[in-house]
Amino acid sequence: MLTCKHTTRLLSEALDRPLGRRERLALRLHLVFCRGCRAFRQHIDFLRRASRAFTRHDDGAS
Amino acid sequence: MTVTSHAELISGFRPQLLKFARLQLQDDAAAEDAVQEAIEAALKGIERFAGRSALKTWLFTIVRHKVIDFLRERGRTVQVSSLERDEADMDEAFDALFRESEHWSPMSRPRPWGNPEEALEQQQFWQVFEICLEVLPARTARVFMMREFLGLETDEICTTLALSVGNCNVILHRARAGLRQCLSEGWFGGKAVSC
Repeated sequence: MLTCKHTTRLLSEALDRPLGRRERLALRLHLVFCRGCRAFRQHIDFLRRASRAFTRHDDGAS
Repeated sequence: MTVTSHAELISGFRPQLLKFARLQLQDDAAAEDAVQEAIEAALKGIERFAGRSALKTWLFTIVRHKVIDFLRERGRTVQVSSLERDEADMDEAFDALFRESEHWSPMSRPRPWGNPEEALEQQQFWQVFEICLEVLPARTARVFMMREFLGLETDEICTTLALSVGNCNVILHRARAGLRQCLSEGWFGGKAVSC
């Protein structure tokens, strides 16, 4: 069973490389039961979208 | 649009472009150079731009390319030692979110952010976002921005900065954990809820 700390590392790495089958299964199992790690995933997924939008965002002056 | 109004528009973007380049390069002179070159290139091709947002996107694209060139060139000579202490401080702060079992401590368990997409539309959110980036240790911010702003793959970042893949992953995790904590406190009003 993954710890929450380990889960945050896998969630981060999932944004940078394809996870292995065992990693995906362990992650899925942990996330089913852990609300905190689900929120962590939401946050770092949002960070990616925000970063992509960062250089495109308009400063409202137009 | 006339050439004059284009030139005015371009100089209006200058502070934003500079801020972007400085954040990424951690080097004022190099940032000035990158922005200057981008602006000169933009002025040469000025007739091609139908409007303000196309011009802005293009300017950022040029600056981004200049930044990537510069980072690739500089790659192996980057000084990394001075900010290791800050990185250790960040790791300590992250560790403090967990109990000894390495599960979330009830006080600091992340809670969902309500409607974060709305934040993307708000100028104040971007100010908070920039502040959160600025308080990251320099190397942490640089790796994060190479990955997420410049869209480089992890192995290219590792090669450029002479880091191991494991080290890159650790740094990216540190950056994401730090940013989410900073945004939780600075924007999403993050008090933890119990499970």
